Amino acid sequence: MESATASVASVDRLSATFFALADPTRRAILARLSGGEASVLELAEPFDMSQPAISKHLKILERAGLVSSSQAAQRRPRRLEARPLGEATKWLERYRKHWEANFERLDALLEEMKTLAPAVPGPRAAPKSRTRTRKQPRTPRRKS
Amino acid sequence: MTAPSKLTLRPQGDRELVMTRAFAAPRQAVFDAYTRPELLRRWLGQMPGWSWVKCEVDLRVGGRYRWEWKQDATGYVMGISGEYREIAAPTRIVCTEKFDDEWYPGGAISTLELREQPGGTLMVNTLRYESPEALQAVLASPMESGVTLSYDLLEKLLLERVAGGAA
Repeated sequence: MESATASVASVDRLSATFFALADPTRRAILARLSGGEASVLELAEPFDMSQPAISKHLKILERAGLVSSSQAAQRRPRRLEARPLGEATKWLERYRKHWEANFERLDALLEEMKTLAPAVPGPRAAPKSRTRTRKQPRTPRRKS
Repeated sequence: MTAPSKLTLRPQGDRELVMTRAFAAPRQAVFDAYTRPELLRRWLGQMPGWSWVKCEVDLRVGGRYRWEWKQDATGYVMGISGEYREIAAPTRIVCTEKFDDEWYPGGAISTLELREQPGGTLMVNTLRYESPEALQAVLASPMESGVTLSYDLLEKLLLERVAGGAA
């Protein structure tokens, strides 16, 4: 169990981040901004999209805290904010690590099972008909 | 034949999550590892600071399973249980799952499929939640079973250099 320490606020922020990332246009906008600030007009250019459409995407990115704009002026250059991305990446990484650790232990167990009793090939063998596996000495395989 | 990372996670529709992982082992062995308590406890949910306390499996349609872990420091017991709906050894198991402390609304239905493939077995686990809201709760959850958007999404993003400054 990864700790449930994230506050409601940060959970909301994560959802907003994931939602913002779910769209290819928005990812492309982020990719563009990773090269430096750009105005809405400049952002709209490569996309063959209307400015309002781009603005809508920008609003979602801004709500997620992924993009910020300098001022309330007309030509506000947008800038990439990297921190929420870092948080989202960290969360995914933790979740993934948890399961990957499970599966790596399973890999090791499956290896061990091969050397013990050759697994029955083919799609038969109801569990009941097989001899119970005796408990094997534990191989400490803990990964933290 | 062990690639560094073979685990994939992705949402499917508005209330399902799909997890896949390849194993270099025969299907029957993977099936056993998922269904025999003495094997299950060796790999599933071995978290630092937590111990298995109960691992019961009544592997028949209508039979139930119950797994419990205890947090050593606090004595808190995390339990999950469910009922087997479909069993086709060694290819498929459908069961319900419900955590004692619901961290997402309701329960889920888990479909585990084991497919033979060159060099081993492909595991495909589909979790279907009761509502889109429940899936959203899982996606937003920092807890261990909260699966999320495809990891590929971020990977792609990282490849697009965006997270260059995100560390």
